[in-house]
Amino acid sequence: MAARSRSAIGALGAPGASSISARRDLARAQALQEPWPFPQKAAALCWGPAWFAKGVKMCKSVTPKRALRRSRTCCCSTGRGRTQCRKIKPHSLQEQSSSLMGFAMTRLLRVDKAWEELSNILSGIFCASLNFIDSTNTVTPTASFKPLGLANGTDHHLLRYAVLPREIVCTENLTPWKKLLPCGSKAGLAVLLKAERLFHSSYHSQAVHIRPICRDASCLAVSWELRQTLTVVFETFPSGQGKKDWSLFKMFSRTLTEACPLASQSKIYVDISAKDKEKELLEVTPSPTSVHEAIVQGEKRTYAVYDLLSPSLFNTSRSLNVQLKWKRPQDSLELSTPVLHAQRYVSGYGLQTGKISTLIYNTHPYRAFPVILLETVPWYLRLYVHTLTIITKGKENKPSYIHYQPAQDRRRPHLLEMLIQLPANSVTKITIQFERALLKWTEYTPDPNHGFYVSPSVLSALVPSVIAMKEVDMEQSPLFTSLFPSSDGSSYFVRLYTEPLLVNLPTPDFSMPYNVICLTCTVVAVCYGSFYNLLTRTFHVEEPTRGGLAKRLANIIRKFRGVPPL
Amino acid sequence: MAAAAAAAAADEAEKARGRRAALSFAAIAVVLGLPLWWKTTETYRAALPYADIAALGELSFQLAVPVAVVFAPGSQPRDLPRLLPFRDTEEKETLLNSRTSIASRYEMVCRSTTAQEEAALGAATVQEADAALHQLQDASLGSLSLYVIPETSLLLPQGIGVYVGKHRSALVRAGQGLAALRARLQQVMQIMSFTTSSITAALSDRMPASQLGPDARRHFKSSLGYEITFSLLNPDPKSHAVHWDIEGAVSRYVQPFLDKLSFLANFSVDSQILYYAVLGVTPRFDKESSSFLLSAHSLPHVINPVEARLGSSAASLYPVLNFLLYVPERSHSPLYIQDKDGALVGTNAFHSPRWGGIMVYNVEGPAAPQASLPLRVDVDMVRVMEVFLAQLRLLFGVSREVQPPEVLLESPGNEGLADWELDRLLWARTVENVATVSTTLTSLAQLLDKIGNIVIKDDVASEVYRAVAAVQSAMAELAVGHLHSAFQASKEAVTSSERAFFDPSLLHLLYFPDDQKFAIYIPLFLPMAVPILLSLAKIFREAKQRKKEPTKTD
Repeated sequence: MAARSRSAIGALGAPGASSISARRDLARAQALQEPWPFPQKAAALCWGPAWFAKGVKMCKSVTPKRALRRSRTCCCSTGRGRTQCRKIKPHSLQEQSSSLMGFAMTRLLRVDKAWEELSNILSGIFCASLNFIDSTNTVTPTASFKPLGLANGTDHHLLRYAVLPREIVCTENLTPWKKLLPCGSKAGLAVLLKAERLFHSSYHSQAVHIRPICRDASCLAVSWELRQTLTVVFETFPSGQGKKDWSLFKMFSRTLTEACPLASQSKIYVDISAKDKEKELLEVTPSPTSVHEAIVQGEKRTYAVYDLLSPSLFNTSRSLNVQLKWKRPQDSLELSTPVLHAQRYVSGYGLQTGKISTLIYNTHPYRAFPVILLETVPWYLRLYVHTLTIITKGKENKPSYIHYQPAQDRRRPHLLEMLIQLPANSVTKITIQFERALLKWTEYTPDPNHGFYVSPSVLSALVPSVIAMKEVDMEQSPLFTSLFPSSDGSSYFVRLYTEPLLVNLPTPDFSMPYNVICLTCTVVAVCYGSFYNLLTRTFHVEEPTRGGLAKRLANIIRKFRGVPPL
Repeated sequence: MAAAAAAAAADEAEKARGRRAALSFAAIAVVLGLPLWWKTTETYRAALPYADIAALGELSFQLAVPVAVVFAPGSQPRDLPRLLPFRDTEEKETLLNSRTSIASRYEMVCRSTTAQEEAALGAATVQEADAALHQLQDASLGSLSLYVIPETSLLLPQGIGVYVGKHRSALVRAGQGLAALRARLQQVMQIMSFTTSSITAALSDRMPASQLGPDARRHFKSSLGYEITFSLLNPDPKSHAVHWDIEGAVSRYVQPFLDKLSFLANFSVDSQILYYAVLGVTPRFDKESSSFLLSAHSLPHVINPVEARLGSSAASLYPVLNFLLYVPERSHSPLYIQDKDGALVGTNAFHSPRWGGIMVYNVEGPAAPQASLPLRVDVDMVRVMEVFLAQLRLLFGVSREVQPPEVLLESPGNEGLADWELDRLLWARTVENVATVSTTLTSLAQLLDKIGNIVIKDDVASEVYRAVAAVQSAMAELAVGHLHSAFQASKEAVTSSERAFFDPSLLHLLYFPDDQKFAIYIPLFLPMAVPILLSLAKIFREAKQRKKEPTKTD
């Protein structure tokens, strides 16, 4: 029945030097590739840690931060493709938005200034529109985010988070991103990053993470780690027929020839786990260097590992083209639902009020767990907090923590954070009503009838695992664990971004100012015209005439009555 | 009959009233309406010192250099005009072009040595004497002390007539007679302060290209800050694992130099290693020397492909100085740069004006060909930084010109820059800043004059006033020889004028052309103006007719 095959590309790494600090660090890169049942396949590529080109150093030096996370993603497909990819990979997907968050270490007064500088520099480095981040879309979450890496303070006043739901990633963002890789796109796994293939996909996400880490085991000095990740969901099974074979060449239209010479680790993980009896149906060529078993997000998975650094891999042929074949065509395509997933939509009619509904699903058979929900809503949607309702299984669900910061017009957005307990096997519906504000006519975007985006809400949760997980050794496979983080043996961390919403605001007719001017002028001109006419007209004294028919009739009557005529 | 006459009179009176009404309408429209419309729709334009800005268009620099000429015992020429001490000035005026002139004035105070100075001059070596004399000076920026020593003094080596120290003093041999001494003093003063050519180079923007030497556009424009980036390019990481101790090298060689220049501008230094960054040209293989050659004419094509990898300068608006150390691929090494005559360049480096420098660092082949790759390479930073520092000096315009053999210049030592070289740079930079401000303000005034739509806010106007005041004070300070305050004022003027010029508020209303404005006004203007004009025309016609009527009856 369920044809589940996963492939993962592994890690490529490099010892590189972050130059001015005269320090050498390991730079590794990893690509993880997972073919989703039908019709998509996901590939996650991950590079790290610690590779500093000048640009990144710049943003580091301008804004010393505890941790900086910047992620730009886009999902090009719609409907089914979208929901599916979100359901499948709940841990890192985010759609059509750029987000930026950072912990600034500078003093509080200067945080906002540093934040502004940071977003400007990043927009310069990555050719992105991040410079549109300002106070109207920046919030200071209290509970949803914590600094990554070495940081003991968790003062949320230093945290800033912003999302630009309108911005999508494209080639111009990929090129500077690729330049930050140690070998550029000249060698190693980055050779696969061909823009026309990557953006011809259902889902694309690229991210840059910077965080402080220990320089060595004794942890006396701090190094900065830069991690770059790229996640792509491909549609690789073009012509039905139930054929789900794929190869690197088919996906990226390139093959691998060598590892990046700077890499200390360079591996491809191909997910070959299959349910029980279907194991024999899969075939990967060439034969993997090793097989890795891991429990990832509560599921047992088997990976075929290709270590690009092992010379035997390139012995037989000069290039590596990993292929996965099915021994017989698959027909059923069942998707296992993730334990935590969410859905959001806007409802209501008319242009005055509306309602934002968020559905959070917990499909875990027997465990309840809490989830932190972060909502940022722009100021032009005026939220009515008293209409906030959280309903689970027909009963009201009271959040155990709630933080609400109301918006200020043209200054800051609404911020709503809640800690909600999700009972086992339940759907929680969160609704809140809003009113649409009227904007000034210069505040509308160039295409106002397209609507205004509301940024995705963020769900953070420690999801209990269905099966027991064992502690993963971070040192052994650092990138693998960073792709699939787990906090302890029994649960794993999931951060989920819902889809952005598109809300129509009452849109005026933009020729209105001209019409008003014309109308006013016309009214004034008409009044003025008659007034002028009245005042400057020359009046003649008319000679009295003999009188008309009425007068003659009146005189005849007067004659009869014996009264003198008029 | 009488009734008819009365009616005609009344008619006439009525007509006159109508005329008056029409005239008063026209009058109100002109006297009240037009000014009201003008006042309510005009753009706010604060007053600017146009006259002062126009005056700045013509720059006549007066550069005064305070010089102390100290005669050691036995060094006074016999034909000295007056008894010591006395004051003397030496002036020279150069007209660079119709709008620019330089008048240099060396204000010399001639005196004999004090006892301490005498003792200092009695030191064993000239370096010690220089150091001892430095202690005795109250050396303000731009001032010079010249010590005249007897012709027969043994302090200077044989054949050396002039010794310029590390600081702001020089030793000059008395020579034969006053004329020879004067010539020597003049030479020293020009070396230590400015020459016409150094000032001309600073004013390169105001000069036609034909008047400029080839080096005039080499150094970086004056700016409030610079970013210096050292990049190690390793196009072949498979064969070479290159390591460089850039941090140590920067703190040892570059930082002292920059500390010295910190008064001039803010500097930030960073470095990076770029892999797989290749030059844009394929070097030519030379069979004789079995090496690869980059000829001089192909060097311009080297930079562009590399520059794309160097990283953006997104963080600041300051110009970036790039210093690239290129370790050629194994298949292309050794790689040498050939100059125009075909000879190999000794340093194996070249620089690009106002951009930076590139040095090719050849890695010696492994002793055994089967040595395991990658080959570990530790860069010899002394050799590299020597070249980069020389290029840095060149790009800042503090390179030493070739001097006649009788002039001995003391090497600046660890700081990389002698005090008088800093002064020389400051003279040029102050003049350049003043010229920049003059250009900025003149073009701003022209622009504002040309486009009446631009709003001039009060803060823009105040920046302009501040810039004008600062530039005037800079000129005044130059004329009295206060180099320090002149430079500070010129820096301030640059900041203010740039801020005024690039103020975003200047652009707000730029996209409302006049024809569109009138298109909007027409629905109001047309119905109001047409009746007024028609009745005015009618009144005019009637008046003309009335004038004609009496002549008819004649």
